[in-house]
Amino acid sequence: MTDLNTLETDVLAQVAAASDLQALDAVRVAAVGKTGSISGLLKTLGAMSPEERKTQGAAINALRDKVQDAITQKKAALEAAELDARLASETLDLSLPAPYRRKGSVHPTMQTMDEMVAIFAEMGFAVAEGPDIEDDFHNFTALNFPEKHPAREMHDTFFFNPKETGERMLLRTHTSPVQVRTMVSQKPPIRIIAPGRTYRCDNDATHTPVFHQVEGLVIDKGIHMGHLKWTLETFLARFFETDAVTTQFRPHHFPFTEPSAEMDVQCDRSGGEIKIGQGTSWLEILGCGMVHPNVLRACGIDPDEYQGFAFGMGVDRLGMLKYGMPDLRDMWSSDVRWLSHYGFSAFAAPNPASGLS
Amino acid sequence: MKFTLSWLKDHLETTATVPEIVAAMTMAGLEVEHVTDPATKLAPFTVCKIVEAARHPNADRLQVCQVDTVDGRKEIVCGAPNARAGLTTIYAPIGAYVPGLGVTLVEKPVRGVVSNGMLCSAAELEYATESDGIMELPDSLAVGTPAVDALGLEAVIDFEVTPNRPDWLGVAGIARDLAAAGVGTLKDLSIAAIPEAFVSPISVKVDGEACPAFAGRYIRGVKNGPSPKWLQDRLTAIGLRPISALVDVTNLIAYDRARPLHVYDVAKLSGTEISTRLGRHGVNGDEHLIALDGKTYELTPDMCVIADANGERPIGLGGVMGGESTGCSDDTVDVFIESAWFEPIRIAQTGRTTGIASDAQYRFARTVDTGSLVDGVELATKLILELCGGEPSEVLYVGEVPPAPKGFAFDPDYVGQLSGLSVTPEKTHQILAALGFDVVLGSPWTVTPPTFRRDVEGKADLVEEVARIAGYGALPSTPLPEVPRAVGGVLTAKQARARAARRALAAAGYAEAVTFSFTNRKTAELFGGGQDVLVLANPIASELDCMRPSLLPNLIEAAGRNARQGFPDAALFEIGPTFHGDKPADQRTVVSAILVPKAPRGWDKAPQGDVFTVKADLLALLEELGAPVASLQTAQGSASSWWHPGRSARLQLGPKAVMAEFGEIHPAVLKALDVAGPVYGFEITLEAIPEPKKKAIKTRPAFSPSALMPLTRDFAFLVEKPKAAGDLVKAVAGADKALITAARVFDVYEGPGVPEGFKSVAIEIVVQPREATLTEAEIEALSAKVVAAAEKAGGKLRG
Repeated sequence: MTDLNTLETDVLAQVAAASDLQALDAVRVAAVGKTGSISGLLKTLGAMSPEERKTQGAAINALRDKVQDAITQKKAALEAAELDARLASETLDLSLPAPYRRKGSVHPTMQTMDEMVAIFAEMGFAVAEGPDIEDDFHNFTALNFPEKHPAREMHDTFFFNPKETGERMLLRTHTSPVQVRTMVSQKPPIRIIAPGRTYRCDNDATHTPVFHQVEGLVIDKGIHMGHLKWTLETFLARFFETDAVTTQFRPHHFPFTEPSAEMDVQCDRSGGEIKIGQGTSWLEILGCGMVHPNVLRACGIDPDEYQGFAFGMGVDRLGMLKYGMPDLRDMWSSDVRWLSHYGFSAFAAPNPASGLS
Repeated sequence: MKFTLSWLKDHLETTATVPEIVAAMTMAGLEVEHVTDPATKLAPFTVCKIVEAARHPNADRLQVCQVDTVDGRKEIVCGAPNARAGLTTIYAPIGAYVPGLGVTLVEKPVRGVVSNGMLCSAAELEYATESDGIMELPDSLAVGTPAVDALGLEAVIDFEVTPNRPDWLGVAGIARDLAAAGVGTLKDLSIAAIPEAFVSPISVKVDGEACPAFAGRYIRGVKNGPSPKWLQDRLTAIGLRPISALVDVTNLIAYDRARPLHVYDVAKLSGTEISTRLGRHGVNGDEHLIALDGKTYELTPDMCVIADANGERPIGLGGVMGGESTGCSDDTVDVFIESAWFEPIRIAQTGRTTGIASDAQYRFARTVDTGSLVDGVELATKLILELCGGEPSEVLYVGEVPPAPKGFAFDPDYVGQLSGLSVTPEKTHQILAALGFDVVLGSPWTVTPPTFRRDVEGKADLVEEVARIAGYGALPSTPLPEVPRAVGGVLTAKQARARAARRALAAAGYAEAVTFSFTNRKTAELFGGGQDVLVLANPIASELDCMRPSLLPNLIEAAGRNARQGFPDAALFEIGPTFHGDKPADQRTVVSAILVPKAPRGWDKAPQGDVFTVKADLLALLEELGAPVASLQTAQGSASSWWHPGRSARLQLGPKAVMAEFGEIHPAVLKALDVAGPVYGFEITLEAIPEPKKKAIKTRPAFSPSALMPLTRDFAFLVEKPKAAGDLVKAVAGADKALITAARVFDVYEGPGVPEGFKSVAIEIVVQPREATLTEAEIEALSAKVVAAAEKAGGKLRG
């Protein structure tokens, strides 16, 4: 027994002393390998008497198991230490910047346009489009602008050179030609908005030669100015994301509507920025009115049967008001700093569930 | 159009204040742009009297005055030589802002004597542009009288006259609308006829075309000279310059009644007839007129000429400006008044051609009241007789004005139907009558607009009249009837794709820009545009004279601008129209993006992006937009001329179905645009992407993944260098469409081991067994198929 005790002490000490997996394996081979010391003892069992074999066998097997366990434990400890050492050597400086990734953005005018479309879509408006290069009929004549009338002059129209026929194409001064095209091609009831680029020969702090409009058109039986007022108030409250807005209609003149109005929205101008939905100031925001009977007639709709309203608003300007961009011209500058400052996330697509902005 | 409250009160009995008038105007549709109220500016200034003036103890040129002011007796130091005891002048207290000096008064000693205020000159009050000494006012003015009252200053209201309302170009017309809106009572606007004293020796002839109607009158024995103060004040208050009584009278009536007039000096007329005709310049020799502004104008055949000397000598540009030769002066004794009616379109055209924007031209271009010809003559006669004396002839009237507006049927219920307002028929009647409409009650009513309201042509116009006077404030807010929502959303496929593209590109790291639809014609030509029909006749600037054929030039130039500001790294996109002709179908909706990879240097040496970056972004985007990406051909070398010929391609379904182009921008194009390269980009034409098939049922095909492991095999082929690797890949992938699910290039090599003029393209194929694991023999057979297919495509298996 003393031999076994000595062997045990000896082998366990070797296991404990093994400094790496290789050394441990050498100990294992020397002890429990094919020719190991403990394996050698097991081989001596065959020459023993059954009595002796019983006691010695149990003792040797116990020794072997004990050594095995010690080796397994030591192996786990050495592996853990080795992993720790490797991981320690693999340390990265994570304060270093990640690979450069450009951050994209959606232009605020287009975000505003998407918001407007989302709101009007909820109210049952379809989206109609038409060409930017228009003819005189769709931009003026069908909209009840008398030939050579001063109202045409006020539109600061961009013209192309006259053709041999004398016809002169132009850049649409509003998206109303889309209304005309819709009324000509579609029977009432009509409920559309017409978003798009519009053009006026004007360039200063508050005008750019190209700008965006959203116009709306509702034609049905029994539509009156009260419906117009509700539609616009509802739109503005949703657009400015406020519970309610107070608006005021002022009489105005447009050739294509009768009666015509400009709408002001109540706002607070104190403190430099404009807050819609509070305050005591008025801000002119859009033009609107009941579609002129001459326009309906020009589009083949009987004004005694159908009536309706139209409105038009500047998208760029509404976006500026909502998001506090100070200068209209910046919106067209493509300055990467401006785009990144005022731009919107790709994932901020306006929808009624998550809100507009 | 400018006017003052006192002028308005000539026609309107009212106690309303300026703010009340302004509010009423706004709500009746007269959009007030500006109110200049001297009462605000001069509020602190009042009348005072100097009681005593003594030499300043320390300064010869200064006086120390004892002044009775609204604040009691004050000691004030004054440097004006005319400061003297007994003088009535204007006092400014400490704290007042003196507009003419631009300073606020503070209490401080002047050479040792504290001045408790200031005595003011006309210039300091901005009452005159220059002045000599302090104001000298009538002694009758009481101490404390506000300066505005003492000086007779009043507020000037400036408002925008919409083109439909020429009657608002006269103060009387404004008064009529305000009276209807309940601001006061309209005074009698009628003008009494003045009896004739003799028969006019001058006759008038109109040709009908150039000038439809002409009323006139001879007045003899007038004495011209400066007009009286009230008339001068009235004109200067609204920014007009008084000239002489005769001229001032015509200006007054133009602004009072929207009725332009002209007065000829009879002594300067040649012959005894004034006639009208079209100009002769260019068709019948040269014809010119030196107008009252001293400039010479060509009288073309679309202009109306007023002539004397049997129609031979032009003496005026009818409705626009009189001639210098027959204008009035201080020596004028006999005059002839012209009160005519001209075609608005002709006058508008003449204004544009000559560049003259006179008060007469402005009014005639917007239609002058056809009922005002004789009234204009009578009113002018009355004023001229009052101011200049003389005696009048009979009133001459030749020609015909367009017929008065006809009456039409009107159902008062239509007011509510169209506006939603509740207005009683009685109220409707009252409003229309107050605005000058003739209303015959009945079923329906017959309403006839007055001659000065030719803008009113039908029942909707009447609703506007009633609604704006009754007040838009009472408009109800009525919800729109609910309509069923469009199934599948309201956007068309193209609109939805533009939206998806916007979000996808922003997510891919591109910043959306919005640029003008214009470019420079030269630039347009670089990008395949610049056709004559797309060049603007009146561009805002010469570098913006042409519609853009592509979004790329604007984006590239934007990148250039950013680089010049120190931000050279740009990834921009735009979604918008491009123009290829002037028909609606020639406009396309295009998605373009550019990448100028100049990001800050990184420690990781990560690649900055190149033509394959934009290719990846382009393909991902096309996939997102539902384009048939798998079927697209990459047609290299066929892209447009603005691309690098060796580094650009078209993505197409066929040569006639080009969906996009991408690549590196041609260096010569970049040079022309003065932008440093390289610039990579793509341009997608949304119209070229086939519309997705509309499916009634949204279920997708069943998901059936193979239970067997896919395996991969590698091949390397030698191909001639110019051969497109893509064609080889396509051939390999097509070798067995049932088994090969993917073929990918993982290496392209040229150099030792590869013959000159060739490249080695290594391709990994992914094989997906369908029913059973493939046997070695089957894999061998598949490999043979791949090699055969590659060979057909010009690829030789590398040994």
